Amino acid sequence: MSWLLKDVLLYGEGSPTDVVLRDGVIAEIGTGLSGDETIDGAGCVLLPGLVDLHTHLREPGREDAETVETGTRAAAVGGFTAVHAMANTNPVADTAGVVEQVWRLGQEAGHCDVFPVGAVTVGLEGKEMAELGTMADSAARVRVFSDDGKCVSDASLMRRALEYVKAFDGVIAQHAQEPRLTDGAQMNEGINSSLLGLTGWPAVAEEAIIARDCLLTAHVGGRLHVCHVSTAGSVELIRWAKSKGWDVTAEVTPHHLLLTDDACCGYDPTFKVNPPLRTQADVDAVREGLADGTIDAVATDHAPHALEDKETEWGAAAMGMIGLETALSVVAQTMVEPGRLTWRQVAERMSEAPARIGRLDGHGRPLAVGEPANVVLVDPTARWVVDPAQTTSRSRNTPFAGHELPVRIRATFLRGTPTAVEGKPA
Amino acid sequence: MKRHLLSAADLSLDDATLILDTALEMAAVSDRTVKKLPTLRGRTVVNLFFEDSTRTKTSFELAAKRLSADVINFAAKGSSVSKGETLKDTALTLEAMGTDAVVIRHSWSGAPVNLARIIRGSVVNAGDGTHEHPTQALLDAYTMRQRLGRIEGLKVTIVGDILHSRVARSNVLLLKTLGADVTLVAPPTLLPTGVDAWPAEVSYDLDSVLPKSDVVMMLRVQRERMGAAYFPSVREYSRRYGLDVDRAAQLQDHTIVMHPGPMVRGMEIASEVADGLRSTIQDQVTNGVAVRMAVLYLLLGGSESAIGSVEQ
Repeated sequence: MSWLLKDVLLYGEGSPTDVVLRDGVIAEIGTGLSGDETIDGAGCVLLPGLVDLHTHLREPGREDAETVETGTRAAAVGGFTAVHAMANTNPVADTAGVVEQVWRLGQEAGHCDVFPVGAVTVGLEGKEMAELGTMADSAARVRVFSDDGKCVSDASLMRRALEYVKAFDGVIAQHAQEPRLTDGAQMNEGINSSLLGLTGWPAVAEEAIIARDCLLTAHVGGRLHVCHVSTAGSVELIRWAKSKGWDVTAEVTPHHLLLTDDACCGYDPTFKVNPPLRTQADVDAVREGLADGTIDAVATDHAPHALEDKETEWGAAAMGMIGLETALSVVAQTMVEPGRLTWRQVAERMSEAPARIGRLDGHGRPLAVGEPANVVLVDPTARWVVDPAQTTSRSRNTPFAGHELPVRIRATFLRGTPTAVEGKPA
Repeated sequence: MKRHLLSAADLSLDDATLILDTALEMAAVSDRTVKKLPTLRGRTVVNLFFEDSTRTKTSFELAAKRLSADVINFAAKGSSVSKGETLKDTALTLEAMGTDAVVIRHSWSGAPVNLARIIRGSVVNAGDGTHEHPTQALLDAYTMRQRLGRIEGLKVTIVGDILHSRVARSNVLLLKTLGADVTLVAPPTLLPTGVDAWPAEVSYDLDSVLPKSDVVMMLRVQRERMGAAYFPSVREYSRRYGLDVDRAAQLQDHTIVMHPGPMVRGMEIASEVADGLRSTIQDQVTNGVAVRMAVLYLLLGGSESAIGSVEQ
């Protein structure tokens, strides 16, 4: 079966072109081509399939909130062909057995490739290093290691982890949060937290760890990836580290590109997330950082939660929000429409860079003949209103409910097979 | 439209003035032999206390009973709440029983706001976490007006653990509405980041502020804060921020000393000052009942526009 994507704009550039996907690869690019099935792509942009560095699929352990099956379906609907599944499952993905299970569930589901992230420390407890090499050598071929949700706060342990994973070209993805500065923290520390009487999560708690980790990375010649950068100071530190030539990369979430801590003022736990929503100055800074390449990638931090974990008092509620199905739309709204990024640069920030950071072979590849047919076709002119009742994810905790956002995903292809068409799983 | 008292910021100048004026009428009832009005007969008020607070609960209970409402005390401890029932289920249960008002005390900031989204009746915030305690601010304002004849233009100094104080937050907001000038005094560690944006002055130096004050409100400082390095010792706190006899002597003749209770004598306030003529501490307790009667009356029975409301 071959697919003809007719009159599409590669990276949103040039003149309308036909693309034929056949036998798992981009078989032809040209005009007047034909295929078994045709999608009229007039006015639509063709991008390499999106790659998420930061997804919580919740399986094993919280299958009531999400499973590999439901989470990867949501990913496909959102235009992703690969996701990195975070390690904070139950049991924790800190052994070859668990990462192989998650990897295999992803293969069986078939909606997008799942690359498990291995825990840095046993049980995410920040005490003993997990068997990183065994996970790297497993069928899951782990390259990204993270205690996400928790910070590897012990400086010595962080140093050793950065050093150790050099042996297999791994990267430590740090959730930068100084634990002593964030004891009981509920939201960004600032004017709003002072008025709401909620314990503050100060920007310095993120920035202090990033500064330390950049220095450690330089010292050992390791590779650091900073998860979900949320403050202006963090952007500045990463810009500085990059100017030194150190191997530091960073990601920002769609919600930190769009929302501020003003959203917390009604105590709706939908907006409770870690790191927290910050101020407009921080939002401006992460947008600028993403535009100038200081921040390499957009990552969703898709964090599904069961209704009962969110429908509660703010302080008792779980942290996190879903984001796979809205990520590209939010990036379009905050970055493309205001002219901060071209579609070509979106392909870099949402596909090529994350694939490079995760050392993925078949993703984030050029739109060229012979390359794997992992692509997404988007309609940049369409607009839609986010309705939590309509999510493909098993969970409903989107912070964008009621937002009218640009861009609809027309179709997502994984190795030439459609995984989502017109907003629905294929 | 639902009608609640969740934050002192919900009250306009007219709302707050109406409550204080109504409280004055309610206070007259308390002076009678038969301290009871039929106003809320047949209405049900639930005291939903997730946190121990004998004095506030008793004050609300007395207020509701003096208005002839049926009062149910729903203590969270020992109930289904301690067995894992959520605020939502508790609220739905109360709703199903047909309650007209819920007075809620909760250890989490914002819980009354969450409750108000679920139930149809009125919600009165009786203290939520480190957020607000609006009826305390109302009774404090009532007491200031009673003692000093006005609120507008008064220099009010609030001293103590501002960071963790719901009393301070509600007072700052209400006193701003009523036209007083508030100064917050505390060690820098007990002031929230972001306090610069509050409608209040900030000082670290109690002695420079005291002589200018018309009202000095002392807040309790919990000894636990010491362990978390907010200040080095009770003695040092007391020396720098306690209202002792010598400091009280620096006050103007008319200046009053307030405390929302419970107080730690010898720490933030000396016994001589707490029991002295300037002290309004007992008045505050007395006035609490009248003010809470006024709030319940206006929410449940009084004029439509009396108290600010939350749009759903």
